Order: sequence, then structure tokens, then C-alpha cells
Amino acid sequence: MIEVRLYAAQRLSAMVLAPLVIAHLILILLAVEGGLTAAEILDRTRGSVGWALFYGVFVLAAAIHAPIGLRNVIREHTSWRGEVVDKAMIGLGILLFMLGGRAVLAVVVG
Amino acid sequence: MTVTETDRPAEIGSEPGSETGTLTVEVWRGKDDGRFQSFTVPHRANQTVLDIVTWIQRHAEPALAYRFACRVGVCGSCAMTVNGKPRWTCRTHVGKVAEDGHLRIEPLRNLPRLKDLAVDMTPFFEKWQAAEGRFHPTKTRHDPLSTISPSSAKRKAADAGIECINCGVCHAACDVVAWNDDYLGPAALNRAWTLVNDERDGGKRTGLDAVSRSGGCHSCHSHGSCVEHCPVGLNPTRGIAGLKRMSLVGLLTGDAG
Repeated sequence: MIEVRLYAAQRLSAMVLAPLVIAHLILILLAVEGGLTAAEILDRTRGSVGWALFYGVFVLAAAIHAPIGLRNVIREHTSWRGEVVDKAMIGLGILLFMLGGRAVLAVVVG
Repeated sequence: MTVTETDRPAEIGSEPGSETGTLTVEVWRGKDDGRFQSFTVPHRANQTVLDIVTWIQRHAEPALAYRFACRVGVCGSCAMTVNGKPRWTCRTHVGKVAEDGHLRIEPLRNLPRLKDLAVDMTPFFEKWQAAEGRFHPTKTRHDPLSTISPSSAKRKAADAGIECINCGVCHAACDVVAWNDDYLGPAALNRAWTLVNDERDGGKRTGLDAVSRSGGCHSCHSHGSCVEHCPVGLNPTRGIAGLKRMSLVGLLTGDAG
């Protein structure tokens, strides 16, 4: 059943995202409050397998989680139904993964 | 419209007891494009909302349509929206729900309106069927009776949801039902939960499949409105959570999905 799989995927991705989002927010605060420049941040992230994994998993989990949630919102609050919604959400997931992946590559490669 | 009480014998809808003033009662008339009609109704001690509606029909507006049968909270026929909340009107005391002597009575939400306070319950019961809310026998009359321990975990889970009177109050209270036409709703899913826990029922797999489709148990947001409003104190949200767990286990074990 596709609904059970989507339900499981959304819960699992949420479990992954929760600690990553908290760590990400703390990182932003530390970087801003600590007065790090972009160059200093890039020095730390470039070539780092750890940061690549951290944000790679983050992007993958977000790309899975967001379209499933948005699919529910669309089906509950609009008259948009059927396979076209599912296809649009698959497209959104791919788009999020590509955009996020591009950002991760930009900070860890180079 | 203002109506004053005249001499009349005691009858259904006229509770014995001293009058304690009057109530202003607004009642929905018509179908979707109807309007509220106002009545002044004598307020008596121990009066229920169903008594009020019956008084109006008997003394003020004979054409008022509403549904009731047992008047004692068993049949589940008389649910209506009272001052914005779904309630079983036969066991709702006016004194507990009237606001400054005012009542507003409407048909149940989330079901097609027929006339005045009567709704069409067909979609409600169709969803019961869609959720496989019926017993699937595994034995014949020639087999010995099944021995089920009342203290088994499964029987306890089934017993916790078995007293549903099909009144539709939870269905009307549920926002997800309002948002999503496909959603089976708390009553149908509660029924499915009692059946998948019934060791005599042969349709567990069919039932789990039925509640795992689009609009099934996974659509529940666990808002808990069904629990809040259920007149017999059931907890459909807990049963729905159980169905979600069971479907996940089925997915992992290959028993479902």
C-alpha cells in the first residue's frame, strides 16, 4: 500500500530531520554570533566528508519529507486530486534534492 | 416566530417539572440554502435538547424534520449540532449547553443535509463498508463456539471501541472529514480497529488493506476532536493510531502492503 509506505517515509524522514534541523540552527547562530566570514566557513566545509554527509542526509530527508506533507495539504485544502498531484510532488522532491544537492556540493567541493 | 405554551397533557418532549422561564431557540430550517427560525420555548428542569426540538414540532412547527428513536442514548439517531458542537441531543441537558438562555440547533456537519435537522447518513455508513467494518465469519453454526479470553490484549483493545452507537458525532466533529471527502472518518476506522482485534474475524488482512488506502487511517492528524465529542466516551484516535502501527508492522513483516 502506497499510503503506508508514504506514512513510514514521512515519519522516518522527520526523525532524521529533527536533530539535523536543531544542529543546523545552532550552527547558524554560532557562525553569525562568532562572526565567521564566508571564507572562514568555506575553509571548514570544503573537503569535509563530515559536513558533506551531514548536509547530504539533510537534503535527502527534506526532499522526501516535504513533498509527502505538501501532498497531504493539497489533498485536504484544495480540489486538486489524482495522479497529477503525485507526479507534481515527485517533481518537487527531485527539484528539492537537486537544489539542495547543488548547495551541498558548492560548500564541500572546491 | 414566538410561541407560548398552552394547556396540554404530559407527552414526549414535555418533561414533568417546574418551568423556569423560557429559552430562545434558533433552529435550522430547509436544506443547504435554508435559514434559522427562532422559537421561544418553555424551559423546564431536566429538559434535554431533544425535548426542546420535540416541543417545537408538537407545538410550534409541525413541519420541522428531525430524527430520533430511543430517546435514551442507545440508538444514535438524534445527533445534531447544538451551539456549534455535535451532541447526542437526547442525553444533552439544556442546562449544561444553553448560553444565556439561548440555543442554536443545526444538522450535523460533514453529512448531506436533507431537511431541517435531518441529515443523510448514507455516506457515513458507506464509509463503514469501505473500511471493511463488517464481521468476516470463519466458522459455521456447526462449529463449537470460539473461546476468547476477556483479559487478552486483543479482546481488551476491541472492547475499548465496541460500544459505538453510530451516532455520527465523531464524524461531524472531525476536521479531516471536512477537508478530505475520501477520509473514512473516526467511526468507520474505530469499527475497523475492533474487527482487526477480533480473534474470530477472518478479515484482518482485508481490513488492514481497506484502512491503508488513500483516505484511510494514515490521513488522521490525531486532533482528537472525535475523542472530545464522543458521547459514549470512546477514543477513536487511539484505535486509529493502533491501525497505523499495525499497518507499519504489516509493511515490515510483509503481512500487508
